[in-house]
Amino acid sequence: MASSIRVRANATGDITEVQALIQHPMDTGLVKDSKGELIPAHFIQELKFECNGKDVFVANWGTAVSKDPYVKFSFKGAKKGDELKISWTDNKGASDTTTAKIA
Amino acid sequence: MKRTLPLAMLLALGLASAARAANEADYKAAFAAAEAAAKEAASLRHQWTTTVSTLATAKKAADGGDFDRATAAAKEAEALAKASIFQATSEKEAWKAMEIR
Amino acid sequence: MKARFSLQLGSVSAALVAFALTSAHVVAADKVDPVADAKAFQNFFFQKFPDVKHEDFVNGPYSMNEDMKRQWQEKEEFPPYEFALDAGKEMFATPFKNGKTYADCFPNGGIGIRQNYPYFDEREGKVVTLELALNRCREANGEAPYSYVKDEMASLTAYMAFTSRGKPMDIKIPDDPRALAAFENGKRYFYTRRGQMNFSCAGCHVQSPGERIRAETLAPALGILNAMPIYRSEWSGMGTTSRRFVTCNSQTRAVPLEPQSDEYRDVEYFLSYVANGLPISGPGARP
Repeated sequence: MASSIRVRANATGDITEVQALIQHPMDTGLVKDSKGELIPAHFIQELKFECNGKDVFVANWGTAVSKDPYVKFSFKGAKKGDELKISWTDNKGASDTTTAKIA
Repeated sequence: MKRTLPLAMLLALGLASAARAANEADYKAAFAAAEAAAKEAASLRHQWTTTVSTLATAKKAADGGDFDRATAAAKEAEALAKASIFQATSEKEAWKAMEIR
Repeated sequence: MKARFSLQLGSVSAALVAFALTSAHVVAADKVDPVADAKAFQNFFFQKFPDVKHEDFVNGPYSMNEDMKRQWQEKEEFPPYEFALDAGKEMFATPFKNGKTYADCFPNGGIGIRQNYPYFDEREGKVVTLELALNRCREANGEAPYSYVKDEMASLTAYMAFTSRGKPMDIKIPDDPRALAAFENGKRYFYTRRGQMNFSCAGCHVQSPGERIRAETLAPALGILNAMPIYRSEWSGMGTTSRRFVTCNSQTRAVPLEPQSDEYRDVEYFLSYVANGLPISGPGARP
């Protein structure tokens, strides 16, 4: 089962740039299906990036984030070869996690 | 003065008939005309979405007993359908003016 | 007397010859000439936008706007169509219930052939698009056809486009009056105004590329299908050529035709042919 998280992290000196694409419906709960019934809200509530035991990026999301969210950010204090851990949990209690090496 | 009197009567008559509310028969006639025009537009594969939705509005108003609104919508639908037919026929030649040569 | 008569005869025959020459010219002007049409089409855009590299036209609005292009190039590092592409690859490799696969229906196992579609099927006498060929493959192998406007067809065509990325569009028009008629039909559809808004495809994509329609920047018609299928942010998902034709029609307040109806197949034929030589850039990402 392929991970829902695609991630790329590149270090240039002290700065690491991270890009991630996460597969998730991010339903707002406001849209109706073809039968006219509301599709229940289903969205990532917390997204976390950890490196060397520290949280480097934590997002608390709601329904305003679109389907299949893409995230890009930079942080200091890591180097090539360090491991980056990414995890998310959603409002239905589902979660996913993956790790990637900083290139 | 003498000439204007019959004219005034004619005008009054005309105005009076316009002021009469539409009845079911008016609606049915208008709707039939609109439907016929819409059918022709569809056969030309040039139907407008607004023609279809206005026809639906007319029918809904008629089902609710509002024949004034229903007839007005039916007449509008007919006008839209006829405009789309005009578009289809005039575009048969008009498109060439746009062509990159 | 004789001299005058021969002079008269001479002038009459001269007039006849002149008439014959002019009538031949008039007849030639009415003949369908896709080669000339394609050349004129490409030259129109090359001259209108001399700073745009020829192969860049296939990138639609990004060829018209530097800022949008920069943002798009950044996104291409991690494109939004990745999931659909992976799904399409998996679907393509999965056998049907009878054990056969899509590879059995297509030349070269379906890999690197997208640039040859649509083609004119001389046996059937009609244009066959990639989407149509995929569904025919499914039906020939006992599977239900996919909707032309939903995710599955978009994922499949995304994968097939990806295997052809960079290859030049290579549409053939056989010397068959029916093929020429299909080309001409597609061309006519492209330039004809429709819908209550009275727009033609050309009105936006020939007259106004790089301009705005509400908040969107318009793409040039040249190479507009080379990036299909596309992930549209507007759709929050992947969409096929069929989907785009249908939604474009309704946006001009024209009742859309059935996906893969003759007009749509013909306009796809026309637009693809006039882009011959320009690279396949699909699957694409658009606003």
